Amino acid sequence: MLMCSVSLFSQDYFPSNSGVIAKNSNYTAFINATIHVSPTEIISNGTLLIRKGKVVNVGKSVKIPDNTTVIDLSGKTIYPSFIDLYTTFGVEKPKRSGDGPRYGPGRSGYYWNDHVMPEQDVMASFKYNEKDASEMHKLGFGVVNTHMPDGIVRGTGALIALNNDADNSLRVVDGEVSQHFSFSKSVRSRQSYPSSIMGSMALLRQMYNDAKWYAAGNIDTRDLSLEALNKNKELLQIFEANSRANLMRADKVGDESEVQYVIVGGGDEYERIDDVKNTKAVLILPIDFQAAYDVEDPFLAHSLSLSDMRAWNQEPHNPRLLAENGIPFVLTTHGLKSKKSFKSNLMKAIESGLSKEKALEALTTLPASLLGKTDLLGTLKAGSYANFLITDGDIFDKKTKLYENWVQGTPHVIEDMTSTDIDGDYTFNLGGKDYTLSIKNSLSKPNAKLESDSISYSTKMNYSNDWVNLTFKTADSTNKEYIRIAANASSANSLNGKAIMPNGNTLSFYALKKKEEAEDKKQKDKDEEASQPFFSPITYPNLAFGFEEKPKSENLLFKNATIWTNEAEGVLEKADLLIKDGKIAKIGNNLSDRNAKVIDATGKHITAGIIDEHSHIAAASINEGGQNSSAEVTIEDVIDDEDIDLYRNLAGGVTSIQILHGSANPIGGRSAIIKLKWGESADNLVYDNSPKFIKFALGENVKQSRSTTNMRFPKSRMGVEQVFIDYFTRAKAYDDKKKSGQPYRKDTEMEVLAEILNGERFISCHSYVQSEINMLMKVAEKFNFRVNTFTHILEGYKVADKMKEHGVGGSTFSDWWAYKYEVNDAIPYNAAIMHKVGVTTAINSDDAEMARRLNQEAAKAVKYGGVSEEEALKMVTLNPAKLLHLDDRVGSLKTGKDADIVLWSDHPLSIYAKAEKTIIEGVTYFDIERDKQMREAIKKEKSELINLMLQDKNKGLKTQPVVKKEKELLHCDSMD
Amino acid sequence: MKNSKYIYTLLTLVCFSLGIAQQTPAPEQTRDIAIVGATAHIGDGTVVENSMIILSNGKISRVLEGNNNDGLGLQSMDVIEAKGKHVYPGFIVANGTLGLVEVDAVKASNDLSELGAFNPHIRSIIAYNAESKVVESMRPNGVLLGQVVPRGGRITGTSSVVQYDAWNWEDAVVKMDDGIHINWPNSFRRGRWWLGEDPGLKPNKDYAKEVKELTDYFNESKSYNKGNKPEVHLPFEAMAGLFDGTKRLYINVDDEKGITDAVNFAKSQGVEHVTIVGAYEAHKVADFLKNNNISVFLRRVHSRPNNEDDDYDTPFKLAKHLVDAGVLVALEPSGQMERMNSRNLPFYAGTTVAYGLSKEQALQLITSNPAKILGIDDRFGTLEEGKSATLFISEGDALDMRTNKVTHAFIDGRQLSLETHQTELAKRYSDKYNIELKD
Repeated sequence: MLMCSVSLFSQDYFPSNSGVIAKNSNYTAFINATIHVSPTEIISNGTLLIRKGKVVNVGKSVKIPDNTTVIDLSGKTIYPSFIDLYTTFGVEKPKRSGDGPRYGPGRSGYYWNDHVMPEQDVMASFKYNEKDASEMHKLGFGVVNTHMPDGIVRGTGALIALNNDADNSLRVVDGEVSQHFSFSKSVRSRQSYPSSIMGSMALLRQMYNDAKWYAAGNIDTRDLSLEALNKNKELLQIFEANSRANLMRADKVGDESEVQYVIVGGGDEYERIDDVKNTKAVLILPIDFQAAYDVEDPFLAHSLSLSDMRAWNQEPHNPRLLAENGIPFVLTTHGLKSKKSFKSNLMKAIESGLSKEKALEALTTLPASLLGKTDLLGTLKAGSYANFLITDGDIFDKKTKLYENWVQGTPHVIEDMTSTDIDGDYTFNLGGKDYTLSIKNSLSKPNAKLESDSISYSTKMNYSNDWVNLTFKTADSTNKEYIRIAANASSANSLNGKAIMPNGNTLSFYALKKKEEAEDKKQKDKDEEASQPFFSPITYPNLAFGFEEKPKSENLLFKNATIWTNEAEGVLEKADLLIKDGKIAKIGNNLSDRNAKVIDATGKHITAGIIDEHSHIAAASINEGGQNSSAEVTIEDVIDDEDIDLYRNLAGGVTSIQILHGSANPIGGRSAIIKLKWGESADNLVYDNSPKFIKFALGENVKQSRSTTNMRFPKSRMGVEQVFIDYFTRAKAYDDKKKSGQPYRKDTEMEVLAEILNGERFISCHSYVQSEINMLMKVAEKFNFRVNTFTHILEGYKVADKMKEHGVGGSTFSDWWAYKYEVNDAIPYNAAIMHKVGVTTAINSDDAEMARRLNQEAAKAVKYGGVSEEEALKMVTLNPAKLLHLDDRVGSLKTGKDADIVLWSDHPLSIYAKAEKTIIEGVTYFDIERDKQMREAIKKEKSELINLMLQDKNKGLKTQPVVKKEKELLHCDSMD
Repeated sequence: MKNSKYIYTLLTLVCFSLGIAQQTPAPEQTRDIAIVGATAHIGDGTVVENSMIILSNGKISRVLEGNNNDGLGLQSMDVIEAKGKHVYPGFIVANGTLGLVEVDAVKASNDLSELGAFNPHIRSIIAYNAESKVVESMRPNGVLLGQVVPRGGRITGTSSVVQYDAWNWEDAVVKMDDGIHINWPNSFRRGRWWLGEDPGLKPNKDYAKEVKELTDYFNESKSYNKGNKPEVHLPFEAMAGLFDGTKRLYINVDDEKGITDAVNFAKSQGVEHVTIVGAYEAHKVADFLKNNNISVFLRRVHSRPNNEDDDYDTPFKLAKHLVDAGVLVALEPSGQMERMNSRNLPFYAGTTVAYGLSKEQALQLITSNPAKILGIDDRFGTLEEGKSATLFISEGDALDMRTNKVTHAFIDGRQLSLETHQTELAKRYSDKYNIELKD
C-alpha cells in the first residue's frame, strides 16, 4: 500500500532512490450507483469515473476507457464527502505560559499586543494525524480547514485533504485559506490586556485602524503583524464566537472595520433569530446538543434552571430555524465533546426538521463556495477532487452504513462493502440442539451471541469476504471443548457451511435468518411518534419570566392616584394620569380618553420610574483592568439582555440604569445607559441618542492596594493624579492635531478623552475620600472642563462646598460604610448634606439586590438628615436623570416626557410599598398579576421538561448530571 | 522584605487610627424612668396603645394601659412624654458578627474565622470589640443586642450574646457561649477549574463522606465526654454542652434535603436545641421543622433569590411561609457587608410585612423570637414586667426607614448615647456649612 501511494503521489520533480518512477494513470469507474453529484443533482444508476485523484466524468452514460478498474456499486449511493471549515486538525493546542503576568508585549517587530498574531502560519505547527483523520472519515469528512486555536488574531488556516496515503504535498489543498479570530487571549503570553471581551473588541478595532494607517505608509517602524493582517485580507475571515451574544459582538466589530466575518456560532442563535439574520453573516454551526439532565433526584433536579432545560429541548431545532429564516450556515464538528456524536446530533437536527438537502449543502457546497473552491470541492462534477462517500443508502438515515470514504482518489474503508451485511438473528440445529445466533456489526466489528435453551455460550466470531468463523464452547462446562463453524454468507438470509465438533467429526451447518418481526417494528415506530419532542416556547429573553410575545405600548389612564410629579405641582392627591403613544399625555383631574385602558389606582401612588446611576447588572463584563486606562472600551459592547436581574430590578420599580465600567483603573470604560425593556435585545435597550459617559475611578481599587503583585502604575493617589494629567495632555495634543487637519493615527482612546475635553462626554467618577475628590476637580479645571458626577462619593459631605462650586453632582450610597479603609468616614448623612449644600444628589445601588429597593434607600435620606420626602424621592428619579443628562426625557411626571412610571401599592418611600406595575414608554414590562401567572407557567413547563428528560433516561439515552446555574454578582471590583 | 516591612507599618497605622474609642457607655440607672403615652409594641404580638412603662433599677417594673397615673409617683421619676411615639424592645441580631471585624477589606481588623475545619473550642466572645465604631452605629436604629458568631470551617466555633453598650467584652456579655455553629455539607460543589474541571456547580459527590466526618466527630466527642478523659481534648471538651442541653446547635444549611438531613442528624446525636440557619428552602419542610421543634434563623431578607427561576420576592416572603406553619423564626443578617448592614435589621423585618406578615408578627422576628432561641427570653425580647429595661423609643414605626427615628434607647435601664462616629462627623460638617439636618 505504501509503495503504491508513493508511486501514485510523488511529485514529478522529486528524485527517487527506491525504485523506478512509476506513474499510475489508470481510471476507476463506479457504476450502477445512485450519485448525489450535488445536493440538488441526483443521478440514479450512474457512473462516476475518476483518475489521478480527480473526477473525470459523472453521469448516466459515461464512456469508460479501456484502462479502467470497474467497481459495481449496484444498490449503493455516492455522496460528495463533507467539508469541515472549523477544526484544529493536526495542530496541538499550545500550553499555558508559565511566565508571570506582564503589561508590555513579550516580543518585538510585531503588534504591541501579544494576543494579535495574524502572522501565525498554521502550517508551521501542522502535523498530519492519521488517527484523527480516520475518525473524521467515519463521520464522512474528506477535507478540513485547520488553524491554531490560540489568540485573538490567530493567523492563517490551511485546507487539508484527509488523504491517509499521501503526503502534505498533495494533502494540503491550500496552505493559506482563512484568517482566524476570537475574543480569547493567547495562552502563550501573559500580557494582561485585554482582560475582558469588551477589551478584545476594542483591541480588534484599534488593530484595524492601525493596519490601515500602516498600509498607508505612515509608520516608520516594522510591524510584521499588521503586514500579515493586511496581506491576509482577501482570505476567508473566520471568527470563533461560540455563542449568539458573542456572534453579535463579533459582527459589530467586523461591520465597523469593513470586514464580514464568517462566524462560529454557539447553537443558541434561535433565541434571537432576527438579530442573527441582520448580521448577514454566514455561520459555522456546532451541533453539540446536550444530553438530558439526570433528574431522577428531585432535590437536585430542583436546582436546574428553566433556561438550561430549554436549551436541551430547543437546541436541536436551531439548524432548522436558521434554515427556515434563510440564514446560511455550514456545519462543523467543532465544539463536540466527542466527535463520534456528530452523526447522532445531525440526526437529531434532521428529526427536528432540518431538511436533508440543507444538511448536505451545509456540509459540501456551501463550505466549498465560502472557500472559493467550488471547482475542486463540494460536488462530484468533472475536475473536482475524487472526494466522495459510498453508502448503502440515504446518508442522513440512522441505519445507513458508510462503507468507504474516498479522498483524492484514495479509498478509506470504514465498513467492508464487499461482504454481505449479515446482521440479524439466525436459528440452526446442531447435534440435535436448537440454537439462536444473533449477529451485530458484521461489517465493522462483528459480534455474535449464541443461545440454546436459555443458556448463553461465549462465542468468538470473525467475518471477512463473506466467510463466517464461529468458535464456541460446548455445553459441558467442565471440558474445555470447542465447536468450530465455517460458513459462507453469500446466499441471502442464510449461512451455509460446516461445523467441526470437538471429536473431529464434521457436520453440515445451515443457519436460517429469522424474519424481522414486523410487530416489533411497529411498536418502535409508535415509540418514536410518542416521543415527538415537546418544543418549549422560545421567549424574550429565553429564560424564566421571558415573554412569549413582547408586550406592546398601550394607552393607559390611571384614575384616582397619589401622583408624585417631581415638578412644581408636587404631590397630587386623587389625580389621573394619561399615557399615550409611550409619552405622558396629561396629568390632572377627571381625565378621560376613549382609546385608553382605564386602571383604577385608588389608594395607590404613581412616581416616575427609578433611575439607578450606578449599576453593574446586565453586563457580560465590567472591568477592563489590563491597563491603567481603558477609555477605548465600552459597556455598550457587552450588554447582557438575558440577565434575570433586569426583571428583578423592574419588579423594584427601576426603569433606567447606567451600567458603569468597574473601578479597576483610573480611566475606565464608557458606560451603557439603558432602559430595562425586558425582552428586547441588547442594542435596543440602549437609549436613543444616549448621552455619552465614561467611568473614572480613584483610590484603593485603582492603586491596587489589595493586590499582592501590583506592578501597574499608579500605586498611590499621587500617581493617580499624574495618570490623568498625562492622558489629558496627550488627548489635547491629539485633538489639536486632528482639528488642524493634519493626518493622524486614529486612536479610540484619545478620541474618547478628547470628547471629555470638548464637553461631549461626561465623567462619572468612583471616589471616596476628600483629597482625591478635590484632586480630580482641580485636574478637570486645569484642562478646562468639569467633572459631571462623583459616584460613591462617600466623603462628598466634606467637600460639598467645593463640589457645588465646581458644578459636579454626587451619586452616593444611602448608608454603606466600613467595607474598606477608605470608607471609614462614610456617613449616612452624606446625601442630605450634599443636597442641602446645593449639590445635585442621587442615591445609587452598585448592587443588583439593593437596586430593587432604591425607593427605600431614598427614604433613608429622610431618616438620616431630614431631607423632605419629595426631595428624597427625587434622589432616585429626577436627580439621577439630571446627572445623566436625561431629565428632558425621564425622571419626573410631566406632559411630553417618556411614560416611564411605577404604580406603587403604598407610599413609595415606605418599606411596605410594592411596585405593582413598571411601565416604560407605555409598555408594561412588569405587572405583579402577570408575574403570578408566569410563576405558574414556569412550574408547568419545568415539570413537562422533567418528564421528557426522564423518558430519555428510561430509553437508555445518555444523561448528564444536574448543573446549578449561577450568575456572578458584578460589582465595581469584579475583574472581568 | 522591604515591602513586607512597609505593609507592617501600614497595618499598624491602620489599627491605630481605627482604634479611636466609641461613645462612652452609659452609667447605671439611678432614677426611675416613666415613658408615658407611647404605643408599646410588646414584642409578643400584642400592642398597648397609650401606654405607661416604668423602668426601675434596670428593669421594666410596670407596663400599663391608659392614662391613670395615680399612685405611680411619677413626680419622683424622669418622665418621657412619648405620645404618638412608639416603644419597642431592643432589636436582637441573631447570627451576627458585629465586633469581630471592623473594616472588611483590612485584614488586620478581621477576627472572623480561625484555621482548621473543626473548631468548637474557638470562642468569639474574647475577640468581641466592645468599642467598635460599627457596633455603636446600630443603636440609633434600635438594634441593641446581638449574637457574636465565628465563621468558617465545618464547625465554626462557639458564639455568645452581647449588648451593644459596654466597656469591654466581659461587660458586654449577655449570655456566654450560647451555642456551637456548623456549616452543613453542600449538596452542590463548584468544579475545580484549575484542575481543568467545569467550574459550574455540580452535585457534590463527597456529600455522604462529609456528613459522615461530621457524624464521626460528634460520636467521638460524645465518647470523650462520657469517659474519664485521661488526656484533655479541647475541641471535644467544648462539644459537651450540645449533649447536656446547655448549648444550642446552629446548623447553616439552605437546601431542602440538607435541612432534612441536618435535623435528622441532630436528633440522632441527641442534641436537644437545634436551629437551622439560612434555611432558604425551609418552607418546603416547614411542618417537619415544626414537628421536630426546630427553630430557624432566616437568611437576610434583603437578598436576591438563589435561582434564576425563583420568584423575585422569594427572600421577602419566606418568613411568612414559616411563621404561618408555626415555626419559630428569627431574622439573621449574614452576607455581604453584614456588619454595617445589621443596623438595617428592622427594615428586614419591615419587608416581611410587605410580603404577608403583620407588623407585630414581623417585630417578633427580631425581638421575642431570637430571644427565645438564644435563651435570653427571661430577660430580653419583650416589654414585660420584670424583664431588662432594654428598649427604645421611636418617633414612628421603627420597621420602616421612613419613620424609624430613635429618640431614646436603654440597655438595662441605662440611657444610651445615640451619637456615633457618624453623627459626630455629620454635625461637624453641617456646622461648617451652617445647614440643618433635622426636618
